[in-house]
Amino acid sequence: MTVVRRAVGVLLWYARELTGEAEYDRYCDRHRRHHPHAPVPTRREYQRMRTLWREGESPGRCC
Amino acid sequence: MPASALPETGRPAPEKSRMSLKSLALWTGVALLGAVAWGVLALSRGEEISAVWLVVAALGSYAIAYRFYSGFIARRVLQADDGRATPAERLEDGVDYHPTDRRVLFGHHFAAIAGAGPLVGPVLAAQMGYLPGTVWIITGVIFAGAVQDMIVLFLSMRRDGKSLGQMARDEIGRVGGAAALIGVFAIMIILLAVLAMVVVNALAESPWGTFSVAMTIPIALFMGFYLRYLRPGRVVETSVIGVALLLLAILGGGWIQNSSLAEYFVWSPETLVFCLVGYGFVASVLPVWMLLAPRDYLSTFMKVGTIALMAVGVVIAAPTLKAGAVTEFAHTGAGPVFAGSLFPFLFITIACGALSGFHALVSSGTTPKLIQKESQVRLIGYGSMLTESFVAVMALIAACVLEPGLYYAMNSPAALLGPTAQSAAEAVKGLGFAITPDQLTAAAKAVEEQTLVGRSGGAPTLAVGMSEIFSSVFGSGLKAFWYHFAIMFEALFILTTVDAGTRVGRFMLQDMLGNVWKPIGRVTWKPGIWITSALVVGAWGYFLYAGVTDPLGGIKQLFPLFGIANQLLAAVALAVTTTMLVKSGKARWAWVTGAPLAWVVAVTFTAGWQKVFSDNPKIGFFAQRDVYADAADAGKLLPGATDLDDMHTIVVNNTVDGVLMAVFLLLVTIVLVNCAVVCVRALRAGEPLPTTETPYVASRIEGPESRDTKPLVGAGS
Repeated sequence: MTVVRRAVGVLLWYARELTGEAEYDRYCDRHRRHHPHAPVPTRREYQRMRTLWREGESPGRCC
Repeated sequence: MPASALPETGRPAPEKSRMSLKSLALWTGVALLGAVAWGVLALSRGEEISAVWLVVAALGSYAIAYRFYSGFIARRVLQADDGRATPAERLEDGVDYHPTDRRVLFGHHFAAIAGAGPLVGPVLAAQMGYLPGTVWIITGVIFAGAVQDMIVLFLSMRRDGKSLGQMARDEIGRVGGAAALIGVFAIMIILLAVLAMVVVNALAESPWGTFSVAMTIPIALFMGFYLRYLRPGRVVETSVIGVALLLLAILGGGWIQNSSLAEYFVWSPETLVFCLVGYGFVASVLPVWMLLAPRDYLSTFMKVGTIALMAVGVVIAAPTLKAGAVTEFAHTGAGPVFAGSLFPFLFITIACGALSGFHALVSSGTTPKLIQKESQVRLIGYGSMLTESFVAVMALIAACVLEPGLYYAMNSPAALLGPTAQSAAEAVKGLGFAITPDQLTAAAKAVEEQTLVGRSGGAPTLAVGMSEIFSSVFGSGLKAFWYHFAIMFEALFILTTVDAGTRVGRFMLQDMLGNVWKPIGRVTWKPGIWITSALVVGAWGYFLYAGVTDPLGGIKQLFPLFGIANQLLAAVALAVTTTMLVKSGKARWAWVTGAPLAWVVAVTFTAGWQKVFSDNPKIGFFAQRDVYADAADAGKLLPGATDLDDMHTIVVNNTVDGVLMAVFLLLVTIVLVNCAVVCVRALRAGEPLPTTETPYVASRIEGPESRDTKPLVGAGS
């Protein structure tokens, strides 16, 4: 049972990292370290900013 | 920064450069297993062999190459130094630059490089038998493709993630840089047209396929809105819902096909062209979150899942290869799928999976900004490309498990096959293979398609092969489901490439035109976005339409152009990297990229030369143009054409393709000459030229190797 639970945990960790879902946690972490007095953006605010940044990015996709 | 003391100097070598007895035994075992598998592949003549031998030969070769050759390149040639801070560490901003776990970045990079390319080329190349394709896919990736990806990744990482175009401009000068930029843009257009044509050929007259692929658009839109308004940032959850909906859409397609709604989804190839062009335009101007980003998640999940499923399927089903090891078309060059002899045309037909120039664009850009430790370019650059190569091997297997008769009935041009199963069976017999009209009808019925005759482009063939493999693992009742699952899987990739590629093309065009007229270069100016998007879509749309309506078969006419273009891009990337090695005083190791460069130049220039100047109208664009133009002037019809308009279409298409081919060769020649001049200058200087690398900064973070208490076998060296 614990083996299954661990495997699911690993898979979920990988999927969250791969899709960028974990990006927000990392961003907040960094934000708190660098600007301890400023409030961290909410998830919604962060995702808005993120999509705006992505707008100017060239999507790296290949054949 | 020398990485370690060299063992042969007699000084006490660091412990890790000595192989332990255990790892020596392991690697000897791997080498023996691979050698036996190669032996079976090479020596079997006439009898059918199991596809498992192909898998073993590939995996054994990859393991050896990864362990030894990529290690050699990292240590000696690149002198990767884990004590040196990567841009991800130095410029960390939590968004574009941050040290990423190597396994995650491997997945990222793999998802970015692998698309439909490795699935299409090997299927077409199966006309020469399984052996030539396998040998090229495996040796090509080991000595050329993976080397290119890894070295470009490394050089870009040492320059804070500069793109290939920027590196070309900085290292070889403005002329070469500009030629490289224009070449990349033109190649992109052809690539999009050819991939879109694969989708058109797979969906035309197929209500099931058309419905389920069309449904991906509302599914992606739903995911986009869900992610933005309901559950911001919950990508995993959204993707799981998306994949579930996608599977429902495939099942729904089967229901649609058998209902009275089917007629609304029977679309002609021309209609599909206009839909795709419209889709490409809309997807390129819509905000990223609405369509592009969710589609990307969907396609990544499907990609990883299906490829894993396929690997398991091939091993469990262990199908036998029905295709011959080497067919006569390898010598005669008269194959119906693509014309020309083994050298050079096999090597341009299989581009992705062995050597793909396009990867150089992905390897310079996003990925190098995320690498945690320099030595990880091995796993991320070399390893990802090996994995893509494995996908190509599986595609080749899927094509080779089909009866050759069926394979040729599906992949020959319509002009040769004629309209019915009867005429197709006759044509296949003429090629030297046997299939009865009843067998052809039964094969189509098994996957619930109206016909499989003349379904060129690779996707339907791969789908039939995959459905054979999967149904022998999971039971035979689901053949039609698996066929349409595979079609959907490939179409999803391609549509993702179409919208991402159109956007990339738009950025390039905005960048280029921005030099002439400032406002158009601004990425926020809406009319500028619309104009440049329309230009890009119009350009690939033209080639797509021309290909789809080409009386001689668009895949047969355009695929060589695509393959040559992709390999020419590889020539540019390898030339730039070789120049950079020479400039940095590593002329001694320049053969690592120089040898694949010489090979790919020989291949592409021979192929390009034949395509432009060959007297054989089956190969040379202009030779074929002249034959058809003369006949049209005389009012005669030649094979393939049903009226004089067809004759004129063939003349125009051949002229355009021939001119384009010549322009590609010219642009790449400029880059190569420019590189050669810079190399000579660097060698004459006698000492390394000023470097463009970012200066050394010591790393302050720990890599995984220093943390792991027990390293993997051989991981240390």
